[in-house]
Amino acid sequence: MTGHDDLPVAARTRQLEERLIAAGLTSDDEIDEFLTRLYTKASPVNGARMVARAWTDPRYRDLLLSDGDAGAAEMGFGDLTYGLRVVPNTGSAHNVIVCTLCSCYPVSLLGPSPGWYKSFAYRSRTVREPRAVLAEFGLALPPDTGITVWDSTSEARYMVLPARPDGTGELAEDDLAALVTRNGLIGTALL
Amino acid sequence: MSFEAGARVRVKARDPDHHTRVPRYVRGHTGVVLTAIDRWPVPDDCARGIDPPREETCYAVRFSAADLWGSGDHAVTVDLWESYLDRA
Repeated sequence: MTGHDDLPVAARTRQLEERLIAAGLTSDDEIDEFLTRLYTKASPVNGARMVARAWTDPRYRDLLLSDGDAGAAEMGFGDLTYGLRVVPNTGSAHNVIVCTLCSCYPVSLLGPSPGWYKSFAYRSRTVREPRAVLAEFGLALPPDTGITVWDSTSEARYMVLPARPDGTGELAEDDLAALVTRNGLIGTALL
Repeated sequence: MSFEAGARVRVKARDPDHHTRVPRYVRGHTGVVLTAIDRWPVPDDCARGIDPPREETCYAVRFSAADLWGSGDHAVTVDLWESYLDRA
């Protein structure tokens, strides 16, 4: 298996870390501690739980859509370091998230971002031709479905609230959460 | 100055030699304010070590693909700080 250490971006990142450490702005220990804190609890299971709650509880859905931070806090994720904004998919409106400037992403609720989310191709093409990009993910939307692309250029982080799949009326909240995928939360898949 | 939801705004067509959070593809383009998101320090000031940085309202602004690219039927929403924008 190829390690991340082999990638050119890993060498660039390490150089940047060494410059910051040399300038006295951080240390290896501080970086390790930050990454551990960031990643140990980060998982798409968190976002999935919020989605399942929104599907089953109209009051929670309203809260999540109007105040993402409050919605996250109610599910036990009160320590977000960003302002969460949740955008709902419907039968006629589809949302997809991107960060054209870097790779901003709600890591704590979606887990570590996939490699393609950080790629130049995804970042540059999603704002330009989302229908073609989504088709390459196997998501062929009807021509009359409106697409909104959310470019994460501020301290806000976006998460898609997928539409609830048909035929799931009998499922309990935990079973519903198990249907929610990371790509569904990004908007590159339907459920 | 602040912008209400529905306000038409034009992104300043600047090309600063310092860090900014204005993507090039919206510079000079006109969009519609969806909502004020929050107030945050202006990244351009933070990146230059200006202390304290200006703190401004940041807006979600919706652009039509046809306006940005000349084609496309989708919308692109970009978060932009107040001083990036003029009323159109």
